Amino acid sequence: MAYNFKEIMTRPERLAPGHRMCAGCGGTIAVRNVLRAIHPEDKAVVASATGCLEVSTFMYPFTAWEDSFIHNAFENAGATISGTEAAYNALKRKGKLDDTYKFIAFGGDGGTYDIGFQSLSGAMERNHDMVYVCYDNGAYMNTGIQRSSATPMFADTTTTPVGSASNGKIQYRKDLAAIIASHEIPYVAQTTFVQNFKDLHIKAEKAIYTPGAAFLNIMAPCPRGWRYDPSDIIEMCRLAVETCYWPLFEVVEGKWILSYKPKNKLPIEDFLSKQGRFKHLFKKGNEELIVLFQKEVDRRWDELLARCEG
Amino acid sequence: MDISKINDKISWRDITPGGNVYAGGTSKHFNTGEWRVDVPVFLADKCKQCLLCLPVCPDSAIPVKDGKRLDFDFDHCKGCGICAKVCPFKAIEMKKEEK
Amino acid sequence: MSIRERLSGNEAVAHAMRQINPDVMAAFPITPSTEIPQYFSAFVANGKVQTEFVPVESEHSAMSACIGSESAGARTLTATSSCGLALMWEELYIAASCRLPIALALVNRALSGPININCDHSDSMGARDAGWIQIYAENCQEAYDNFVQAYRIAEHKDVMLPIMICQDGFITSHAVENLEMLEDEKVRAFVGEYNPEHSLMMPGKPMSIGPYDVPAFYMEHKRQQAEALKNAKKVTLDVAKEYEVLSGRSYGLFEEYRLDDAEYAIVIIGSAAGTAKDAVDALRNKGVKAGLLKIRLFRPFPGEEIAKALAHVKAIAVMDRTESFNSQCGPLGAEVKSALFNARLQPGVLNYVYGLGGRDVKVEHIESVYDALIQADKSGDFSDGYRYLSVRD
Repeated sequence: MAYNFKEIMTRPERLAPGHRMCAGCGGTIAVRNVLRAIHPEDKAVVASATGCLEVSTFMYPFTAWEDSFIHNAFENAGATISGTEAAYNALKRKGKLDDTYKFIAFGGDGGTYDIGFQSLSGAMERNHDMVYVCYDNGAYMNTGIQRSSATPMFADTTTTPVGSASNGKIQYRKDLAAIIASHEIPYVAQTTFVQNFKDLHIKAEKAIYTPGAAFLNIMAPCPRGWRYDPSDIIEMCRLAVETCYWPLFEVVEGKWILSYKPKNKLPIEDFLSKQGRFKHLFKKGNEELIVLFQKEVDRRWDELLARCEG
Repeated sequence: MDISKINDKISWRDITPGGNVYAGGTSKHFNTGEWRVDVPVFLADKCKQCLLCLPVCPDSAIPVKDGKRLDFDFDHCKGCGICAKVCPFKAIEMKKEEK
Repeated sequence: MSIRERLSGNEAVAHAMRQINPDVMAAFPITPSTEIPQYFSAFVANGKVQTEFVPVESEHSAMSACIGSESAGARTLTATSSCGLALMWEELYIAASCRLPIALALVNRALSGPININCDHSDSMGARDAGWIQIYAENCQEAYDNFVQAYRIAEHKDVMLPIMICQDGFITSHAVENLEMLEDEKVRAFVGEYNPEHSLMMPGKPMSIGPYDVPAFYMEHKRQQAEALKNAKKVTLDVAKEYEVLSGRSYGLFEEYRLDDAEYAIVIIGSAAGTAKDAVDALRNKGVKAGLLKIRLFRPFPGEEIAKALAHVKAIAVMDRTESFNSQCGPLGAEVKSALFNARLQPGVLNYVYGLGGRDVKVEHIESVYDALIQADKSGDFSDGYRYLSVRD
């Protein structure tokens, strides 16, 4: 797919300014660039789970959404948009609607990996013609940075705080993209803000325009929760990809395809050292923790390579 | 839909049912520029219109016209500084804002 | 010419749904309402309806999908009972506050725990504050008729609220009774098309639904919603009048059975009213001026009209088919007493909890209630005002 950067960047904006997200928020960067993949002549209905995105983009009477938007509750963006998609089919069949509508649900990792998991799974399994986009910032940020199943190991969160008896979160993060791929849906992809958004754009367009269910997992750094300088977000994403912490891949009709293999895989320290939530890992005596983290990153990376080879 | 009358004086009879907003993008009317501590300065003569700053702005605060970026939307820019870091031509400088 | 049929309550409601031919049904099975999505799925499979059936993975998702669908301008419905309704709890509030006229066929069943699959009203009573219109049926005919009228009430521009049409689990839902159905075209003409003023999919007219409301706005939204529910009372009566012309069957806010000159009356909801009517007849034969008020519209609660209908009655027993666990009275007991108080009436009132978890209600049980009313009236002692019927002491 050709990536005509200029044409894409000058499409009409679908997320208006004036929303209340933090300065430097990764969530709205993800949203803007996903929405940009909708062809300008097509319409969309966007659903969002409760979370930073929803409360900040639709605070009565201010809505940042130029397309129709629905927020229902925390755990049901998948189910809500399933209903809208079903309505679309019904109304089209009746001849009440002619236009092309695309259905996109956004959820943070809280509303997607955890509380929203069931309704996401149901929506994917039923193969509604929709896209579910997770803006994964690795914790329940809206309620104050509590751990989610997407939170990386050893991260300092308010429910896995670092203390004299704890090094932060015990478990490594859940591989949600793989779980959703096991639903045998037409398209799954993992991406973030690299390559001038080429990777994200192409995957978003594929997700939106592949008939049936699609899932996008987008790493969207949170300056508040990760504790880095907000202006460094693009660097954070680059490091996440170059250390293989956040691999870029697609699963197209069940076939695993690697999007990018770093020529020189960077050590995980390069990613961890830039974030306040991992600063305890660099204290004297905690070297073993970084070794464990690296081991897990490597294990998953090797597993992914093997999957993509076959 | 005119949202200018939706404020803390509106009667329950006039408020929109369920909190529905019958329009898109009404957030434009809310000034988030007031949040700024740092402000971006657009050095137009250095700008090559590569547009690499456009996708990184979380706030859609870089307006585009006829395929070219204009000066910042200061009613909405929160001064996060991402665009300045991303610009390959040093055409954006972050400065402390004079209030 | 109406159609004479022999159907269970579930079948009757499923047929009403078929005749309405909604745009979307999103449902999850739970005893004893399961048959409704089953029958309806058979209609879909045989091309009898053009409905999009969404077999969701839980009741919470059922109501979530209904909200997503109705918001998109599609006429949407579902069915559930008991824990299924309880699982949808937060969604019921959202459906009502978003002002979406979703219809729900509720087959009343006891809430867990312990788990029990039989009839009581703890499910719908538990949801009485959610902002839904609640209409109850005594038998299969009423269940059918109420469902056919449902959308005309819910979709009225002065209302625009979701509606639950209730019938007793197993007792009504699974009992085959004789009833009269309207012809398909008559139902279609009566219910009409759903053409909302706003929806998510109106090209060129985007809208946003479900905001975050700061304290400056939330209360005004709720006040407006409350006004809409108030309006549902008049609309229910108007629609019933229209329906009477079509069907020959008349409905109101409640049914008054031999209440005109009654000295002793019970207020009751659901199938047990049928049993109670037999008790009333038996007592009348003995010369006791017994009467009965069977509630049809419970939400909004037509307190004024109920108080007026009971104004002449000396002693009243209010029958609650749920335990509200407040040590004072049941939900219906509270509402009726409140209505009487508002009307400055002070008859003797006994509040009974009965029929929990499908506990059988017999004619002699109801007769014992009238006996108790008569006793209390004679002695003037209504102090033991919160009682249980047919629990083993």
